[in-house]
Parts: sequence; C-alpha cells; structure tokens
Amino acid sequence: MPTDTPLDVAPLEVHTSPAGIGWRRVASRVSLPFLMGGGGTLIVAYLSIIVLLPIAALISHGLSISVAGRGAGLEFWRWHVSTNFSLFWESITAPGAESAIFLSLWLSFAVAALNAVMGVAIAWVLVRDKFFGRTFIDSVIDLPFALPTIVAGVVLLAIYGPDSPIHIDLFETWMGLMLALLFVTLPFSVRAVQPVLASLDLESEDAARTLGAGGVRTFFGVVMPSLWPSVLAGFGLAFARAIGEFGSISLIAGGVPRTTTASYYVFNLTAGFEWSAAAAVSVALLVLSLVVLVTANVVSHHYQKRLL
Amino acid sequence: MASNASRRTLRTIVLLYLAILIGLPVVFLVVKALGSGFGAFWHEITEPDALSALKLSLIIAAIAVPVNTVVGVGAALIIARHKFFGRRVFDTIFDVPVAISPIIIGVALVLAYSRIGWFGAPLERWGLNVLFTPLGVALATMSVSLPYVLRSIVPVLTEIGQEQEQAARTLGAGRLRIFWNVTLPSIRWAVLYGVTLTIARTLGEFGAVLVVSGNIAGVTQTLPIYIYDSWDQRFDVLGSYSGALVLALISIAVLSILAVLRRREKKLLVDLA
Repeated sequence: MPTDTPLDVAPLEVHTSPAGIGWRRVASRVSLPFLMGGGGTLIVAYLSIIVLLPIAALISHGLSISVAGRGAGLEFWRWHVSTNFSLFWESITAPGAESAIFLSLWLSFAVAALNAVMGVAIAWVLVRDKFFGRTFIDSVIDLPFALPTIVAGVVLLAIYGPDSPIHIDLFETWMGLMLALLFVTLPFSVRAVQPVLASLDLESEDAARTLGAGGVRTFFGVVMPSLWPSVLAGFGLAFARAIGEFGSISLIAGGVPRTTTASYYVFNLTAGFEWSAAAAVSVALLVLSLVVLVTANVVSHHYQKRLL
Repeated sequence: MASNASRRTLRTIVLLYLAILIGLPVVFLVVKALGSGFGAFWHEITEPDALSALKLSLIIAAIAVPVNTVVGVGAALIIARHKFFGRRVFDTIFDVPVAISPIIIGVALVLAYSRIGWFGAPLERWGLNVLFTPLGVALATMSVSLPYVLRSIVPVLTEIGQEQEQAARTLGAGRLRIFWNVTLPSIRWAVLYGVTLTIARTLGEFGAVLVVSGNIAGVTQTLPIYIYDSWDQRFDVLGSYSGALVLALISIAVLSILAVLRRREKKLLVDLA
C-alpha cells in the first residue's frame, strides 16, 4: 500500500506503515522495548519466559553446554564454554533413538508429499468446482486443526484398532501412524494452496485451452507453475507438524519399538526421567524440522521470484 | 477442468478422501459416545474426575486466552505499525512454539523451570515448581497457543493501513483513544478469530501438558489428559469417548464461529496455515 507520502509521515514519528516511504528516516531509531510506551518490554519478557529461555535451556542441556567462570565473576571473555558433543551423539545414536528419528523422517516426508497432492486436488475442487455442500466441506477441512489431537487418537484407534468395526487393524503398524498424520496435516496442505488458487485469473488457462491444450496439459503447464511455491510452503508446514506430532499417534502406536516415532521416544525418555537424553533427541528433532521448514521456504521463494 | 467427466471424477476422489479421513471418525465418535444412551454419556462426563479435569481445563483457558490475546494484539500493533531492529526475529519467535513438537515444548519448560532446570533452585526458594503442578500446565498451554491472535490480526492491520489512525491523531486523539475508537473496531473480527483459535488450542493441548503435568488426577489432569488416562490406564473406554465427544463438540462450535467470521472478513482465510 504505497499510499503514504512523506508529507503524511513527517509529524507522526513511529506511527507509519512499514511499506511507507518515510519510515527509515523517522523511525529506525526506535527500539523494540520502548514501543507502545514500554509494552514492548513486557512482551519481550513474556516471550522470554514461555519460549526463549526454555528453548535455550533445552539446547544447553541437549548439547551439555557448560560454562566455567575463570577469574572474577562477570568477565565473560574469560569464561570457558565447553560442550560435550559425544554425549549428545551417544544419545541420538542409541539404537531406539536412531530408528525413531528415521521412522519420523520418512513418515513425515511421505505424509507431507501425499497430502501435498491431495491438498492441491481438494483446493481445486473447493475453488473451481460447484456442488451442493461445498461451503460445508470447506469448513470441515479445518476440523483436524480444531480437534484436539488426543480425540483424533482415541477415535482412530477405535476405528482402526484391534476391535475395528470395519475389520481393518492398523494397531502398532506404520500405516496406522500414517493415517493419523494424514489427518492432522490435512488443513496445512489445503490452506496453503487454496488462497493462491483462488487468486489466479482464468485468462491464461483459457488461452492455453484455446490453443488446443487439454485439461491435464493446461493444469501442469499453466496452473501448477504458479502453485509450486504454495505447495512447497504447505509441504514444509505439514512436514514440521508431522514430525512433531504426538497426541494423535500416541494410542495407535501402542508402544512397541517399530512404531515409536521420535516425539514418542522423547516422551518415553521423560517418563523415565532421562532428561538429558530427552533434551539431546529434542535438539536433533528441532534441527531436522528447522532444516526442512527453511529449505521449503527458500525453494518456495526461489520459485516465486522466477514467476515475477 | 476440461470435461465434465474428469471434473466429477476429481470431485468424487476428493469427497471420498475427506469422508474416510474426517467424516468416518466424527460419525464413529458420536455413535460410540452416545451408543449406550445419553444417560450413560451424561453419567460419564459428570463423574468427579471428569468434572475436575474439565474445571482445570477451563481455569487454564481463562488464564492463557486473555494473556495471549493482550500479548497478541500488542505484538500485532508493534509488528504492523513499526519498523525496528530485529522485527523479523521478533515476528518469527511467535511461531516457534507451534512449529516444533509439543513434547519438545514440555521438555524445554521442565529443563528451564523444574527442580533440575536452570531456574529450579531460585524458583523453589519462592515455592514455585512447574513439574507436576497446575503452574506448569498453564505455562505449557500459554506457550503452544501463543501466535494465533497475532497471526489473525497482522494481515488485517496491514490491509486497512493507517490513514484513519493518522486522521484521528491529527484531530488530537490520544493513543488509547485511537486504539479503542479507531483501531479496535476495524480489527475486532480478526481478534475474535484469533481468540477462537486460541481457545481451541488451549482446551485441546495434549503433548506439552502431558510432559509437565505428571498426570495427577484432580490436580494436573486437563480434559485431554483425562481422555488419554481413561483409555490407556483405567480402561474406561466409555469415559474416554464421552470426554472426547465433549471436546469434539467444542471444536465443531469453534469451526462454526470461524466460518461465520471468515464470511465477514475475507482476509482471514489465509492465516490458519
């Protein structure tokens, strides 16, 4: 919104739009803690308590970072910071840990990929198709997001467990886990694509069709190129959600090693009060989901730039 | 799509997928929970453990939702209206708790604030302990429901721009007055949308709470933990279904509210994912 002119901005100090023209000169000296009459400080303090300090403590425990002071107290340049990397490595390569991380990785990839395909299909039907009950289906997509994960867990075990009324027993199998993960990641895959698909104009598709391209060819040649960035973004979100998921799989996994995902493994460690090992595996899991999220974002931006 | 046939095929595939993945579980839950009659369902959800779990869930929500709403609105105003050093980082921090595993959040909170954590010793001197206490449950819940209000408001704030706020300011209105009379009315649906999402997440959180709560009936047992406990430890299947149905009904109510709000404010569709 380039509606601001420097004239509007000048007397208003910091109350200017980021997209405005004059902010750099006027507002760049304001720092976060002083914004909103000191409210910024409170928010930063709150974020520190519920996010930053716990994550710092987790990383520090996970990598066994220890700080030994040398000399008088606060001379931090003389502190000796050491990490015990071998302990971290030992924790994440323990037999159970390694297989749990591997299981989480491939399951999350498979689930994110499958739902990326279904996400595009569902978004297409919701945006382009017209049928009775479409708005209802549209709001149903969010159900896995709004439904508590343990509710999904209970119901999935009831349907696909040992007492399955439809005689499909997926208890303690990877297929059971996959079903649960497909359920919880669905909204991310659909909602990432849907707004972009809705905003595409139909002209280029019509042009392609006039030039003789069939429906499938039009879709892959004209529509998909503009959808790739959002599909990838959805893939990243779904992957991150899947690799961290616990509630919906906690019951159908049963607790045998072959269906113990990384987050389930970490939970088992906490139940046995093995906090250092839990922290180490958590750090590994954190890094993995971060790598995938960032990669998906970078590639998505790359595609987006090529489009413009 | 070109032909009617392929359009219909795709529609059928999509509807079938949604029916298996979402429709079947919901119908099944209702049948199971109410299968032994409404009386049995009512008996299950009014037994003492279920009631105290529901009560704790509501208390925790009553703490976490207002706090995260105020923080979300404040942070949204800061992010949408100011340019400052570290703005991107500030913005990203809000997404951290929902981007990582709830189990990790739980472990992180324990390693920071419990007896074995960084701040365990000083906190204990003040008589505070997060492990196995309602305080820990509250912290975990606040953490996982952090970004929703912020994420709902920022796109709307950016969209409406600030001409009206500037006009009000030129006319001599103070900051608070501008907020109450100009900004808030234009973002109220977005705030409500964010609050609804926050409530849903607050009442449903399981993993993070399970790690810090220690699952003590009547003390740290929220409704999701009660459902898990009924199924996994006490083999009270009907109790589990009944609790699950209560939470499912709440999330269906949440969905309806979200759908109504989205119709009022088109911009809101984008920010769930």
